[in-house]
Amino acid sequence: MALTLEQVRHVATLARLSLTPEEEQRFTTQLSAVLDAVEQLQSLDVEAVEPTSHATLTSSRLREDVTRPSLPPEKSLANAPAKSDTSFAVPKIIE
Amino acid sequence: MQLTDLTMLELAAKLAAGEASSEEATRASLARIQQVDPKVRAFLRVDEAGALAAARASDARRKSGSPASALDGVPLGLKDIFLTEGVETTAGSRILEGFVPPYDATVVRLLKEAGLPLVGKLNMDEFAMGSSNESSAFFPSHNPWDVARTPGGSSGGSAAAVAAREVFGALGTDTGGSIRQPAALTNTVGLKPTYGRVSRFGVIAFASSLDQPGPMTRTVADAAALLQVIARPDAQDATSADAPVPDYSADLEAGVRGLKLGVPREYFTEGMDPEVEAAVREALREYERLGATLVDVSLPHTKYALATYYLIAPAEASSNLARYDGVRFGLRAKDARSLRDVYALTREQGFGAEVKRRIMLGTFALSSGYYDAHYLRAQKVRTLIREDFTRAFQQVDALLSPTSPVPAFKLGEKVEDPLSMYLMDIYTLPCNLAGLPGLSVPCGFTKAGLPVGLQILGRPFDEAGLLRIARAYEREHDFFHRSAPL
Amino acid sequence: MPVSDFQPVIGLEVHAQLLTQSKIFCGCSTAFGAEPNRNTCPVCLGMPGVLPVLNQRVAEFAVRTGLALECTIRPTSVWSRKNYFYPDLPKGYQITQFDQPICEHGRLVIDTPQGEKSIRILRIHMEEDAGKSVHDAGGGQSLVDLNRAGVPLLEIVSQPDLRDADEAVEYLKAMRDVLVYLGVNDGNLEEGSFRCDANVSVMPKGSTTFGQRCELKNLNSFRFLKQAIEYEIARQVDVIESGGKVVQETRLWDVNKGVTRSMRSKEEAHDYRYFPEPDLPPLHVSAEAIDAAAKALPELPRAKLQRFTRQYGLPAYDARILTAERPLADYFEACAGHYKDYKKLSNWFLGELMRLLKEEGTPLSALRFTPAQLGELLGAVDQGMVSANAGKDVLGEMFRTGKAPSDIIAEKGLAQVSDTGAIEAVVDDILAKNAGEIEKYRAGKKQVFGFFVGQVMRAMKGKGNPALVNELLKKKLGD
Repeated sequence: MALTLEQVRHVATLARLSLTPEEEQRFTTQLSAVLDAVEQLQSLDVEAVEPTSHATLTSSRLREDVTRPSLPPEKSLANAPAKSDTSFAVPKIIE
Repeated sequence: MQLTDLTMLELAAKLAAGEASSEEATRASLARIQQVDPKVRAFLRVDEAGALAAARASDARRKSGSPASALDGVPLGLKDIFLTEGVETTAGSRILEGFVPPYDATVVRLLKEAGLPLVGKLNMDEFAMGSSNESSAFFPSHNPWDVARTPGGSSGGSAAAVAAREVFGALGTDTGGSIRQPAALTNTVGLKPTYGRVSRFGVIAFASSLDQPGPMTRTVADAAALLQVIARPDAQDATSADAPVPDYSADLEAGVRGLKLGVPREYFTEGMDPEVEAAVREALREYERLGATLVDVSLPHTKYALATYYLIAPAEASSNLARYDGVRFGLRAKDARSLRDVYALTREQGFGAEVKRRIMLGTFALSSGYYDAHYLRAQKVRTLIREDFTRAFQQVDALLSPTSPVPAFKLGEKVEDPLSMYLMDIYTLPCNLAGLPGLSVPCGFTKAGLPVGLQILGRPFDEAGLLRIARAYEREHDFFHRSAPL
Repeated sequence: MPVSDFQPVIGLEVHAQLLTQSKIFCGCSTAFGAEPNRNTCPVCLGMPGVLPVLNQRVAEFAVRTGLALECTIRPTSVWSRKNYFYPDLPKGYQITQFDQPICEHGRLVIDTPQGEKSIRILRIHMEEDAGKSVHDAGGGQSLVDLNRAGVPLLEIVSQPDLRDADEAVEYLKAMRDVLVYLGVNDGNLEEGSFRCDANVSVMPKGSTTFGQRCELKNLNSFRFLKQAIEYEIARQVDVIESGGKVVQETRLWDVNKGVTRSMRSKEEAHDYRYFPEPDLPPLHVSAEAIDAAAKALPELPRAKLQRFTRQYGLPAYDARILTAERPLADYFEACAGHYKDYKKLSNWFLGELMRLLKEEGTPLSALRFTPAQLGELLGAVDQGMVSANAGKDVLGEMFRTGKAPSDIIAEKGLAQVSDTGAIEAVVDDILAKNAGEIEKYRAGKKQVFGFFVGQVMRAMKGKGNPALVNELLKKKLGD
């Protein structure tokens, strides 16, 4: 299927990618080509087939409800681009 | 003969006999890196101090007669997708430049506990998305057998480093062939274990239902020994398997006499390089000579695997990569003034073209109105592909095929053509969709001297079987003795 | 049409924080009130490479709640990712359950002025909470604290079966009682560990087609829930009456202004792109585990209330207070094993005991005396061994020291004198000393009787049995 420029922009908004106009054009072409290639799946009758969402269905690993030491905040925040005391900082959230 | 020419097990034997020290081996590895890596460019980062400290600790253990494992002291490299506490880890991406993890991946912890010095972090396609190493945000690695060519991807740095004898072995990850394809292109052994056999905790996720770490080595026996260290259930990975871990080296030399080996006709298609096909067919005849029976089998849904993969993997990736948002770690765009900018500019500047392309594709495949026709349908076809394998393994013990349809291609050749790049994975990715183990073992060279790999696929948790089959072939040839012309 | 010509239709989504020690997918503490990001680790920070592993108690609590609300428990439920970007959502997705939740098709019975009403439960699912953002932290910044990120929640979604704000409040109270009884939630609306959103629409009376609904948020008290729903009903009727159309949207209850207002920024381009969480295998709950959970289910508040009125013959008012919290109800029943006048026992509970508990701020679990001792005290009052007033003092002492009532009565000399001879001697003595007062009494000044009682009681240090004192005085005074 061919994607429109509009669709590419919408998807970029969902994905939080601020594409350049040149990228928007390029992705419109390239993604359309990939979607054309995956179109072949439409020819299969999968009505009665169960989807596989997990490679393994055997495991059911759970954990006990016990606490383990957390990271000290200085480690939790060591990689933060911006912080204030022990909080992560971002430009003001506007509701 | 230099120390770096030894295999992992040969070195381990010398260490055990006191004929060499881990520090010597680690220094030899570091020297070799200094010597050849300017040409190969396998390493993103070398941790000389960390590796030497670990080596000295290993030597002390050996000296006191209490080695931590059979491989105690053998220096290793890590694909830069494995989190290493205190050592920068980037997954080949600008968005993680400068990220210093506060914890070790489970497999890194296991390697450290087993005493293996970790000499550095190896180059890769950004977030493991690519088949040539060219999507690395930093630089492409080069194939030691022809430095104008790709070592493959995404674990291309790992394969190149092992082939160039910069390290004795390495860990890679395989989502659609990222261990096996570069192994095939560099005359090395690459094993993708069964999904769940090796913990994914601390391994930067590309596609969670497909990713699997595994060993990349020069020999089959080394792969078995390295797998032995990292294969175990992990309480921190809910998808890791409880299946018992056998002794992977026990049956290595048992041969293939009496085994039934399937040859899937869908894996010998047009578009395959004739020299690759010739080498693989020769290997098939070799197996017959060694006493195996070849069985023609069909995996009828193979032709849908590529499309299925290129919906499922990007969809999972689009979600897995949402955490790179400029808030808690990694890059934040300098010019971001608003929260929206923090997200959109950081991600625009931090991700490379291939990663953005897949995020876009995956976001689309999951989006409202397209989910059923794309993602859900792909998951259903995934079931059909799994069932193909289940049926095949009722008839045969393993499947044989080429690993890659072509030998190493020139750097730059396919960069602008994503679809032709995606075709590099057609023989490797069905195995990931089915969660099966797969292995690539060297099976010769083209006239131009480029390596060719043979792929062996097996039943769930039959890594021992794959290793044994690979070893039967390896034993008959000198391929792994050959060193790349650097 | 006036408001009375419209039928409101309301459904509630309750978010209940589960009372686990650790978070849903990692070992960090769920404790409230720590310094920002003190309770975080790579997993709940959404660091690269991390994976979730389910806290099994979360599943146990979900099953317990589902059974209590008469739900069907799914043998296999599936985790999904809900994808959206927000600074307090570390991974860029929330792990939740979507199309295959753990519990479905339940109900909760509530009281309405028209009698009992059954409110259907659509579904219950498990999910992780997000962190907390302080929006205006000064300097043009917002601050993010991820201590709450990964705290386990149950989301309980009702069918739109509620018809006015009072029913909604009744439903929410009943739901809170059930969850607290089950020990899965602390029922604290103010701290947000028990919270709810309301979906509200209106339709003309008699219609069977629901109107367009709005989702109300920030309803962190029963009062706000009622006010917000009533405001929203009136607002929607207004919109329709003035020829407009209700727009489906999220609206925030503004506590200060007493209005709901649109959260337009939340409306933009939302497409959560749910898909099965590949890092977590589907959750299997065996039939045996469900059976065991069903057998272990405690008696629920409503059933207990009904039983208290039936079994103990208590008024509904008493039963409601006694069963409001499980420990109090349990303690009442323990005491009822030692004292059979249940109404009188209830009076002591509702009066003295609850006063003491409140004044001393003592939890019931820390009571120092046994049910048998309380029974003993009440028996002593009944038998006149100690006056009712002195009994209250004894209870107070038992509460503080845990001493046996008989010991306290003896130590403090609180035993009531019911020995007729002893009282008679005092009465005679008082009468002998107050001849003048006797004259006044006999002349018809009957209030002097009170003076005599007071004198006798003072002489006996308050321990004379009042009934006997009265009786003897009257006899001697010749009445």
